[in-house]
Amino acid sequence: MESATTRPQTLPPATPNHAPAPLNEARLQVRGLDFFYGESQALKKIHFDLPARQVTGMIGPSGCGKSTLLRVLNRMYSLYPGQRATGQVLLDGKNILDDDVDMNSLRAKVGMVFQKPTPFPMTIYENIAFGIRLHEKLSKSEMDERVEWALTRAAIWGEVKDRLNSSAMGLSGGQQQRLCIARTIAVRPEVILLDEPTSALDPISTLRIEELIDELKRDFTIAIVTHNMQQAARCADQVAFFYLGELVEVSPADEMFTAPKQPRTQDYITGRFG
Amino acid sequence: MSHSSIPGRPKDLKASAALGRRRRRVDMIVRTACFAATIIGVLFLISILGTLFWNGFSALSLKVFTDVTKPPGSDGGLLNPIIGSIIQTFIGTVIGTPIGLLVGTYLAEYSKASPLAHSVRFVSDILLSAPSILIGLFVYQVLVVPFGGFSGWAGCVALAIIVIPIVVRTTEDMLRLLPDTLREAVIGLGAPKWKMITLVCWRAAASGIMTGILLAVARVAGETAPLLFTSLGNLNWSLSLSAPMASLPLTIYAYAGSPYQDWIALAWAGALIITLGVLGLNIAARSLLRK
Repeated sequence: MESATTRPQTLPPATPNHAPAPLNEARLQVRGLDFFYGESQALKKIHFDLPARQVTGMIGPSGCGKSTLLRVLNRMYSLYPGQRATGQVLLDGKNILDDDVDMNSLRAKVGMVFQKPTPFPMTIYENIAFGIRLHEKLSKSEMDERVEWALTRAAIWGEVKDRLNSSAMGLSGGQQQRLCIARTIAVRPEVILLDEPTSALDPISTLRIEELIDELKRDFTIAIVTHNMQQAARCADQVAFFYLGELVEVSPADEMFTAPKQPRTQDYITGRFG
Repeated sequence: MSHSSIPGRPKDLKASAALGRRRRRVDMIVRTACFAATIIGVLFLISILGTLFWNGFSALSLKVFTDVTKPPGSDGGLLNPIIGSIIQTFIGTVIGTPIGLLVGTYLAEYSKASPLAHSVRFVSDILLSAPSILIGLFVYQVLVVPFGGFSGWAGCVALAIIVIPIVVRTTEDMLRLLPDTLREAVIGLGAPKWKMITLVCWRAAASGIMTGILLAVARVAGETAPLLFTSLGNLNWSLSLSAPMASLPLTIYAYAGSPYQDWIALAWAGALIITLGVLGLNIAARSLLRK
């Protein structure tokens, strides 16, 4: 369902760094992952794949470990002493949990968008250019082009193109969140992790972000943690249900919500707990 | 078994009315006490500022700013103390601010709860409330005695030591106010930690940190005790930092205690200048923080 018309023709291709991975091929493979906050185990023997250029929805009640798993995939947990992961998470055949992994370049490949919009205290333009400058040296015109591309892909270019040099703090919550998405894709990651990206937004902004996710999956592999099962049903191709640190079931979205295999999944999606 | 019965004795209307009266009485007493205390405090402040403005403005003239200090009876001004104060306050702030900024950053970003951080924080807080004459005596021992004399530099260092803990505390407090999600967002783009701190955290906390620096400037601009044993004061015109240097607080100290009417008047003028300067800095700091 490629709709080439929606994409501006003059813009650079999405991921010139690497050839787009074939659809459905596993982009990130999680193998036997255990995770600990100090002594308490938050994830138990997780085993699943993020298929390339698809949206994987992660659902489950609070404290089930879905956000924790997301924070393993870009090693965010490494910021905090006392948190540790064992097992394997393979990206391009390499275990990202190894000690010798360059975390800065890993995070350039695996981008993240947070629950609350986190604009930096600088101009809209600088917000986008900040991440790019960390990894590439571009000329002024190349930078302009990339910033425009990222803002266009994040469906916010039209709203900000006349005030690129004003502070990003003046944008509305929904605009700030799309700015954060633009900032993430400007680095041209392979995988985008979305941690409840719409839970702080109003319904209109939520709808726009969901449409955006649908558009972005043509180029990026996406994982989205959500508390909202309708959102998972709307956005995701594949859904993973977590409960008490275990991965209970992974299924294609339509099967998950119509014919779940596990009774616990059935109980959760029908609202019996959680 | 009845679910509707509320435990405890039944309500006594008379007793609750009495309780209400008693509460209103206590409220009146507390309210009056607070109001009276406020009035007393404000009255003192008004009388201090009133005396200062009255005596200060009547002594203020252009000569105060253009003429150097002269012997009594020969119509001098306060130019050298004003310039001396500006130089020493400026250099003291320039020395103390980067150290304080880096220590505060270390405490907030690198070492929140280590034993070293706890002791640094403790020492800094002690320094914040240490009598400033002790800081003057300390610098006297380490800079004035070994280098053979009082100097402007020694005064600058003494002021810098007062600046450091103020900047440490405000920098740490302001950085801690930033949400961790902001830090994670920067790290999540693949930024190393030092870039996160210098390019985003400092910028996000800039107005608060700036406020702390301005408050530190206001504080040291009025310090007398640390300069007493370091830059000593100088009644002659001198811009040399290697020689004793004049400053407004020291001149006020010397002039106010003198038996000469014109010196005492100049002391009032100097006090007014410092007070207005500090007031200006405080207003600037507040408006920065509000932004």
